[in-house]
Amino acid sequence: MTTMISWTAATSRKIARAERRRRLGPLGLLTHLALLIWTLLVIIPILWTFLASVKSEDEIFGDAWSLPATLRWDNFARAWEQAHIGQYMLNSVIVVAFSTFGTMLIGSMAAYVLARYPFRGNRAVYLLFVSGLAFPVYLALTPLFFVVQNMGTIPVIGPFIGLNTHAGVVLVYIAYSMPFTIFFLSAFFRTLPTAVGEAAMVDGASHTRVFFQIMLPMAKPGIISITIFNILGQWNQYQLPLILLQERDKWVLTMGIADISTAAGYDQDWSALFAALTLAILPMLVVYTVFQRQIQSGLTSGALK
Amino acid sequence: MLFHRYRRGLFITSFLAAPVILYLVYVIAPYAQAFYIAMTDWRGVTATPRFIGLENFVRLFHDSVFWKAVTHNAALLVLLPLITIVIALFFAFLLNVGGPQGVTGIRGSKFYRVVFFFPQVLAVAVVAVLFQQVYRPDASGMLNGPLMALGLNPVGFLSDTDVAFWSVLAVMVWQAVGFYVVLFSAGLASIPKDMFEAAQIDGAGRVSLFFRITLPLLWDTVQVAWVYLGILALDVFAIVWVMTLQHGGPDRSTTVMAAEIYRNAFEHFRFGYASALGVVMFFFTVGFAILSLRLSRRERIEY
Repeated sequence: MTTMISWTAATSRKIARAERRRRLGPLGLLTHLALLIWTLLVIIPILWTFLASVKSEDEIFGDAWSLPATLRWDNFARAWEQAHIGQYMLNSVIVVAFSTFGTMLIGSMAAYVLARYPFRGNRAVYLLFVSGLAFPVYLALTPLFFVVQNMGTIPVIGPFIGLNTHAGVVLVYIAYSMPFTIFFLSAFFRTLPTAVGEAAMVDGASHTRVFFQIMLPMAKPGIISITIFNILGQWNQYQLPLILLQERDKWVLTMGIADISTAAGYDQDWSALFAALTLAILPMLVVYTVFQRQIQSGLTSGALK
Repeated sequence: MLFHRYRRGLFITSFLAAPVILYLVYVIAPYAQAFYIAMTDWRGVTATPRFIGLENFVRLFHDSVFWKAVTHNAALLVLLPLITIVIALFFAFLLNVGGPQGVTGIRGSKFYRVVFFFPQVLAVAVVAVLFQQVYRPDASGMLNGPLMALGLNPVGFLSDTDVAFWSVLAVMVWQAVGFYVVLFSAGLASIPKDMFEAAQIDGAGRVSLFFRITLPLLWDTVQVAWVYLGILALDVFAIVWVMTLQHGGPDRSTTVMAAEIYRNAFEHFRFGYASALGVVMFFFTVGFAILSLRLSRRERIEY
C-alpha cells in the first residue's frame, strides 16, 4: 500500500515536471548558444593575441587570421630583454608585495580598533577614511605629485620615498587602499564574537596580542578576500605610477605595456608587443585558473556587504 | 584601573597612528590642496602660483573640449550600466535558473562563469593595448580582417570619429559583464528555490519568472551594480588614454574628464586649471553618489 502511494507520488511529480518543461519550451539549445557566443567573445581576442605573439612582423601586418609559418619564440626574448618586460614585471612584483602587505597590516589594525574600541572621535576617524571611497583620484593628482616630490627632500629618508622610488609608490598605494580596506574589514570585525578576546584579556593577554593571535586568525576569510582585492587592484594600477615614476627603469608592468603601443614609430617592434601582451596576460590566466573561486568571491564580496 | 585605561589608550593610538598619518599626508592633504590650487594660475613646475579666484572656473565654462569630455562621461554614465546590467542579468538568469526545469542551473554554468569573469582580472591598460590591436584599421586587425575578406569596407574602429566612442564603450562592457554575472549569480543563489518552483506551479513562464520573481528579488544587487558602474563611467581614464588615438581622439571624439585633467596637468603643466577641472569632476562624482543613494531608498523585499 505504502509503496503504491509513493509510486503514484513519484509518477505525478514526474508528470508535473514534464509538463513544466513543456511549458518552458526548448530553450536549452538557445541558452547554450547565447552563452557560447559570449564565451567566444571573451576568449577569441585573447587567443588571437597569443597567436600573434609567435608571428613574424610581416605575418602580423598580413592577414589577421593567418597562421604563423614558423613559431617565433624569439619575440618573447626581445620583449623580455629589449622591451624590458622582465624588469617591469619584477618592479610590479616588488611594489605590490610590499604595498599589499603594508595595506593589510595597517589597514586591519585600523579597522579592528575602529570596529571594536569606542573612543571619542572614533566615528569621525572612520568617516574620514570611508569618505575617500567617493573621491575621484584625478582631483588629487597634481598636489599628490608635489607631496611626493617634497617627501624626496626630507633629510636621510627622503631619497627613498620621493618621486621615482618604489617605496614612494608603495606608501601612496597603501594610503589610497585604506578607504575600502577599512570599510570592508571593520564591518567584518564587527560580526566576530567578542567572548574569545575578552577571555584572553582576563587571562592577561595584551590588546596587541589579542589582535594578532586571536582576532586576526578569526577574521581570516575577510582578510583573504580583501588581500586578493588589493593585490589585483594594485597590480593593475596605471594612473598613480604614471605620475610618480618617470624613470624607465622604475616603471611597473602596466606602464611598460602601454608604452610599447603608444610610443608609435616606424621602428616599432610589433611582434615583441604581442609577446609582451602575452607575458602580461598569461600569469594572470594561470593565477586566475588556480584561485578563481577565491578571486571571484574576493572581488565581489565588497559589493555584497 | 587607571593603568588599564592608559594601556588601552596607548594601544588605540599605536594602532591608528600609521594609517591615519599616511592617509592624511597622501590622500586628505592633496584633496584639500587641490581646492586651493584650483583658484590659482599655477603653470609650470617651478612657477609660483598666484590667487585668481574663480577665473579658472569661468574659463572652463567656455572650454568646449572639457564639455565634450563631460558629455562623453554622461553618455557612459547612462549606457555603460544599462548595457552591462541587461547583458549580465540575462546571462546570470540563464546560468542559474535557465535549466531544463526552470529552477536549476544549466550544465557547465561554472565553466561559463569562470570564462566570463576573466577579463575582470586583467589590467585596464593591458586590455586597452589588446583591443588597440583587435581594432586595427586594415586587414591585419582581428575584426577588420574577416570583414575585408567578406568584401566589406573596413571599419575605422578607432580612427572614425563617429565610431571611436562606441569602440571604447564596447571594451568597457566586454571587461565588466563577467563581474556582474558573478555578482548577480551570488544574489540569485540566495533566493530560495521554492520561490521559482511555486511561481512555475502557478503557471509562470520564463519571461514572467524573470520579471516577476528574479528582478524584484535582485533589485538591491542591481542598484549596487548601477552605482559601481556609474562610478566606473565617471572615472574612466586608462582605456581612453592608452587605446584611443591622440589620447582621447580622433579629434577629441572619445575624450573624458580624467583624460583632460591629466593632459592639462602633466602635458601642459597647467596645474591650476587642471585642478579646477578636478573640482568640477569631484562635484559630478559626489552628486552622482548622493543622487543614487537617494533614489535607491526603495521598499526592500524580505524573504
